[in-house]
Amino acid sequence: MHPEPDARAGVRTLKFVQALNEALDLCMANDPRVFIMGLGAPDAAAIFGSTKGLAEKYGPMRVLDTPVAEHAMTGVALGTALDGMRPVMTHIRLEFAMLAIDQIVNQAAKWHYMFGGQAKVPLVIRMVVGRGWGQGPQHSQSLQSWFAHVPGLKVVMPATPHDAKGLLISAIEDDNPVVFIEHRWLYNVHGPVPEGVYRVPLGQAHVLRAGRDVTIAATSLMTLEAVRAAEDLAQEGIEVEVVDLRTLNPFDEAPVLASVRKTGRLIVADTGSRSVGFAAEVIARVAEQCLTDLTQPPVRLTLPDVPTPTTRALSNYYYPLVHDLTAAARRLMGRPVRPEPEIKPEAFLDVPDPGFSGPF
Amino acid sequence: MMATPAPSDTARGLLRGMLRIRMIEERIKALYAEQEMRCPTHFSIGQEAAAVGVCARLTREELITSAHRSHAHYLAKGGDLRAMLAELYGKVTGCARGKGGSMHLIDRAAGFLGAVPIVGATIPIGVGAALASVMRGRPRLSVIFFGDAATETGVFHESLNFAAIHKLPIVMVCENNLYSVLTPLRWRHPDGREIAQLARGHGVATLQGDGNDADVVHALAGEAVEHARGGRGPVFVELATYRWLEHCGPNDDQHLGYRPPGEFAAWQARDPLRLYTERLRSRGLVSDADLAAMTSAITAEIDDAVTFARSSPFPARQELAEHVYAP
Repeated sequence: MHPEPDARAGVRTLKFVQALNEALDLCMANDPRVFIMGLGAPDAAAIFGSTKGLAEKYGPMRVLDTPVAEHAMTGVALGTALDGMRPVMTHIRLEFAMLAIDQIVNQAAKWHYMFGGQAKVPLVIRMVVGRGWGQGPQHSQSLQSWFAHVPGLKVVMPATPHDAKGLLISAIEDDNPVVFIEHRWLYNVHGPVPEGVYRVPLGQAHVLRAGRDVTIAATSLMTLEAVRAAEDLAQEGIEVEVVDLRTLNPFDEAPVLASVRKTGRLIVADTGSRSVGFAAEVIARVAEQCLTDLTQPPVRLTLPDVPTPTTRALSNYYYPLVHDLTAAARRLMGRPVRPEPEIKPEAFLDVPDPGFSGPF
Repeated sequence: MMATPAPSDTARGLLRGMLRIRMIEERIKALYAEQEMRCPTHFSIGQEAAAVGVCARLTREELITSAHRSHAHYLAKGGDLRAMLAELYGKVTGCARGKGGSMHLIDRAAGFLGAVPIVGATIPIGVGAALASVMRGRPRLSVIFFGDAATETGVFHESLNFAAIHKLPIVMVCENNLYSVLTPLRWRHPDGREIAQLARGHGVATLQGDGNDADVVHALAGEAVEHARGGRGPVFVELATYRWLEHCGPNDDQHLGYRPPGEFAAWQARDPLRLYTERLRSRGLVSDADLAAMTSAITAEIDDAVTFARSSPFPARQELAEHVYAP
């Protein structure tokens, strides 16, 4: 979950949240059209630190605080984008963007197409997915499959600090509406982050770890869980290939298909719920294009089709754990599956690392 | 309100603008029956004075937005007629390459930012355009047209609140035509509360008047744009007017019985085009010969646009998947 700072000489490491902050800072410094808007964007908490220092540096009109009016504020952001600005909206919880579905789905996603290419919508909407400390049913949803279902939207889910920065820069420079979904549990993860401007192109999945036996295609936090599972499985000789999907729309299926052609075994691990979720889309693409390469039925590891419970006595059994990934891989390999670790209802599985303290 | 009559040239321009919109809408009405314009179409007949009186106060660069009933606004702002008719026919020469239709007009060169049929949706978008101009340090007026029903949406209130906070250069024009589809205002708003009170509640300056009197509209719009351009914040203008035809489509709908007896006749007696024609005649500003010349020139313009639209090609099949994303 929480890789230590990269020890390799000469590689700078940053936290995921610092990488986001650096991307915003560089884009604002390089382009006066870029601005941030959202409730609390310039406040002391600074969107969990991701906008820290930017209001002081760029002023209140470029880190614009807003009323609690997500619907209109999204329309306002769209209006500025149509008029040549490059807004970055922030929602400290994904659920708050639900108030703005008309502006996201009916308007931002459609204006380029329905006006025959004349309107451009360079709009980024950042949404943070919460988890743990009792976030509960309305502070924890991971609805990427909704947004990925809408033609005209791009949907991005970075998993590493490197990609958080590179993908956010690409998203801000893109002339289309981009839903940029950040998992709260990634914010303190360290990783190598190059200095200066670099871009991770939208629409490119990426093999994070190579392996010959099992493919795990994963989104967001589940990518890091997949890497941990791969490390465990490597000790018993199972080589897992982890494909970080990174962009859900446009979806880059080629690395997944190539991996499945090699391994013949597929697990899709997504932070969303199960039915009609993005994992189903990945499996459908594989079934359409390389079904006969699969030696075993594919596996989905997702949230159950249940709203998020608040008490840890229930949420401890709600989120998939590394054990679920390793067990699925062992089954696909025909290896014995170890007994599920006993999880006590009162256990503290509701924080990503001991450095977190509530509320958050 | 008794408005100061517009100066002669302006008055003739207002008359010509209303006559042109009426004649274009009447032509579309006639052609619509051929079943070749295959898109939901909301006619502006009876509401021409609001569009023409407001847009006469605007520069070409100043932006307007509209909603489902947008023909009059598009035309009054200087939107291209050929491109509008081609759009209704679904042709590639249409203002949205046929991908929008009547409910999605656009003409950026004329300062028509766009129209969409989700009620209230273009209100924050117009606010955003004003905000962008302020952020660039060159404030530019946004005028946002909508109907009475939009004042019932949450996004209207959210947008007014935000525009008031930042004193943005915005004129919000509410054409109150008394109906949302077939549902009358009295079932949607409480008795005794004026629509303008909603705007006043947000600390926004308001103006109200007869939306069927082009001089009144022109005078109110002048006051509103002066206020908004002067950095004193948004203005809400409520214009009383009336929809003559069915909500969507080219037909009369008197037989449906949802309008109280006599209501339609009373409003027809206050036809904005006829009222203004008579006023300008009585002021000696137009003669029968002037009107005949206007009518004939507009007819020729419409003939040309219809021919252009009909003879234009449809978009090629590969356009289906084009413009999903900007390159």
